Amino acid sequence: MTKLPDAEKLCAQLVTELKPHIGQKTAMVGLYTGGVWLAERLHKELALKTPLGLMDIAFYRDDYSARGLKHDPKRTKIPFDVNGAELLLVDDVLNSGRTVRAAMNELFDYGRPASISLVVLADRGGRQLPIAAQYCGAKVDVPGDMRLRLNREVNGKLALALEKQNAA
Amino acid sequence: MQRNPQLNDAGELQHLLSIEGLPREILTQILDTAESFAGVTEREVKKVPLLRGKSVFNLFFEPSTRTRTTFEIAAKRLSADVINLNIAVSSQTKGESLLDTVANLSAMQADIFVVRHSSSGAPFLIARHVKSHEHVINAGDGRHSHPTQGLLDLFTIRHYKKDFSGLTVAIVGDVLHSRVARSLIHGLTTLGASEVRVIGPQTLLPTGVEALGVKVFRDMREGLRDCDVVVMLRLQNERMNGALLPSAQEFNKHYGLTAEKLALARKDAIVMHPGPMNRGVEIDSSVADGPHSVILPQVTFGIAVRMAVMSIVAGN
Amino acid sequence: MRLHIKNARIVDPASGRDGKGDLYIADGKISQEFSKADRTIDAKGLVAAPGFIDIAARLREPGLEYKATLASEMQAAIAGGVTSLACPPDTDPPLDEPGLVDMLRRRAKALEHARVYPVGALTVKLEGTRLTEMAQLAETGCVAFSQANATLADTQVLWRALQYAATFGFPVWLRAEDTWLAKGGVAHDGEIATRLGLPGIPSFAETIALSTLLELVRATRARVHICRLSTAGAVELMRAAKREGLPVTCDVGIHHLHLCDNDLGYFDSNCRLEPPLRSQRDRDALAAGLQDGAIDCVCSDHTPVDDDGKHVPFAEAEPGATGLELLLPLTLKWGEARRLPLAKSLAKITSDAARVLGVGSGKLAVGAPGDVVLFDPAASVRISAETLKSQGKNTPFLGYELAGRVRTTIVAGNVVHEG
Repeated sequence: MTKLPDAEKLCAQLVTELKPHIGQKTAMVGLYTGGVWLAERLHKELALKTPLGLMDIAFYRDDYSARGLKHDPKRTKIPFDVNGAELLLVDDVLNSGRTVRAAMNELFDYGRPASISLVVLADRGGRQLPIAAQYCGAKVDVPGDMRLRLNREVNGKLALALEKQNAA
Repeated sequence: MQRNPQLNDAGELQHLLSIEGLPREILTQILDTAESFAGVTEREVKKVPLLRGKSVFNLFFEPSTRTRTTFEIAAKRLSADVINLNIAVSSQTKGESLLDTVANLSAMQADIFVVRHSSSGAPFLIARHVKSHEHVINAGDGRHSHPTQGLLDLFTIRHYKKDFSGLTVAIVGDVLHSRVARSLIHGLTTLGASEVRVIGPQTLLPTGVEALGVKVFRDMREGLRDCDVVVMLRLQNERMNGALLPSAQEFNKHYGLTAEKLALARKDAIVMHPGPMNRGVEIDSSVADGPHSVILPQVTFGIAVRMAVMSIVAGN
Repeated sequence: MRLHIKNARIVDPASGRDGKGDLYIADGKISQEFSKADRTIDAKGLVAAPGFIDIAARLREPGLEYKATLASEMQAAIAGGVTSLACPPDTDPPLDEPGLVDMLRRRAKALEHARVYPVGALTVKLEGTRLTEMAQLAETGCVAFSQANATLADTQVLWRALQYAATFGFPVWLRAEDTWLAKGGVAHDGEIATRLGLPGIPSFAETIALSTLLELVRATRARVHICRLSTAGAVELMRAAKREGLPVTCDVGIHHLHLCDNDLGYFDSNCRLEPPLRSQRDRDALAAGLQDGAIDCVCSDHTPVDDDGKHVPFAEAEPGATGLELLLPLTLKWGEARRLPLAKSLAKITSDAARVLGVGSGKLAVGAPGDVVLFDPAASVRISAETLKSQGKNTPFLGYELAGRVRTTIVAGNVVHEG
């Protein structure tokens, strides 16, 4: 069994890494669901002035034809002007890169950001698109049939967990 | 009883033909998804790529600019290709049958048929004959059903009242000929509204309407008392003078919504109307344009609701 | 042809006979026992009954051959064990002229299948305004006069028609449906029609019209047969009229004994019938009325409709269902549900129907017409487009397995069908 890194430690590490790069135009967008939890934490610790953006990429997925619309899409809320913003796009786990592709497409429907950087807690490899994280907590080796996901406990603590890949 | 023809083997929505018979979960799923699409319609780029490459055929066997337009906008905002067919004036006059028309369009690679027809049940007939990857959305059939209108009414009610439990809803006017009323009644009873009332003269209420789970009121003042939601139905011109009603004036006097009658409902009551309105017949301008009216938001919500329906069925 | 049927269970509703035995047919008639038969049929395990009599079966000729032809529907009749049938006048043109009736009879006769009894039009073109030449039509073979499903809204014309028919003693067969109350309706006016958004026909459209008809019978003493009762109220009215001694009879369509408005399901156009399928309560009253004699007999109301007529929205669909081949199975099903002896059930499509039609068949007495059907009451028939001989595949029972399979049909001593 793979030993998973401590999500809380990775969080603290990301905060330290990000701090020197925060500027006037920095804004943050978290991807549902795990990415939003991480973004909420980072947004608070980094004390960003622009309000946090929340994004559900359900309407931009590339597997709609095969899998249909997911059951309960959340409403995307981008409460700042994307035009000219230096965006930090936050997700919990980076895998194929398809979610990030969809998220970037959706972001461009809100405007033209000055830049987008990708922040992830864990990178499990397996990329299918030319996408890389600028800020990455840790690289984690995960067996192919397992899913790596972020959980948030009742007390707000974040933890990585492995679970069997859904048959679907 | 046959299987509900709207659902596929997995119990998911394959066609939207009627609100009746849909489980609460599916209605809630549609309303929740519409909520997310409402966010899209508020953006500057009001388009998502979900149905890119898909073809939506608007098959209107009965003319309706309004409903057709909202479906068209919804489909375009989902990036689908939209083809409008006003069949009332084309092939039907050439004697082509309904199913032949559909088969022809199917050969042109359709994904969604949005159907409006003057005959109750026509979309069910079409749904029985389309290919398994094609989807049918009922945009109004005869007096039977107008599910997307019903859903946008439900969406509007939930938007303003948050929850259905504890709500008293009055539907007023020509229930007999109204597919909007039937759809809304089924939706409200499924989602647990505490009381649904229908108000109208006996000539405009269908036989056995109580069996749909509604309370019948002949007296509008009595029926409006303590209502949270008042839904006014359109009275068609051709029904105003004849055996159903003596005149529009007399109807207005007894069943038209005036500010004075609306005062009998709750202070925070909302007033809805599926449009197009006959001002001065079923509704007075002071109410239609007044603070209780949510008639224009209904139209806006209608687009998000139709986006939700199309993206859910096309994905199943 | 001298025919000997042996080892059969002979069921003759007219005499009440039900038991093992042999049956002899010679010179086209039921005969006494004889020794030298041209053909012997071993009917072990089968019921031998009088050939069935269907008092309403549309053959669609002349004029409506795209829906069905005389040849196809006569095949359906004998496949269903029907050896005599009455055909309503709603052909195109309607049976309102002796020439048309004569041609139909000749064409039917040439097929050498079931006996065909034309019912003539009561009014010219069934338009409900001018009387037809009833006496001449009767001479060419019309057994009764009818409007089929066409309306006769003008009660004065109706009154005159009954007076005229009574003069000659001609029976008049009429539906009881108020034209105005039924206008535009396509389903029973009730909860189901309300839910489906279909324009309704109220039950009182039937009882009001029936009350009018009964009053006119009182006035004219015309012999009137009421076709296709559909409501509990009408059954009551008929029961009372018979008690009063009015010269009236009535029938029910086979589908109305089994189905009700609930069966419309999701707009099944095969359930678009005339009169409409009504409530469960009505259906139960019809089934009970047929048993206790308030209703005299049952008919298939056979109406072949092509796909073009049915593959359309419910309200636009052509009314009617194919029925000749379902008459036996559905009659048996009715009898079984009511725990009737076989002879009692079969009476409704043999002896009782013969009485309404005024013919000498429908019984197995010596000297009666040699019309016999051999059927297996336990074997089932699958109702499907492939198995139906009728050109009309329109039935609400598509896909059903029904008990009662016809094996041999004999008309006037000739074996016309073996299956």
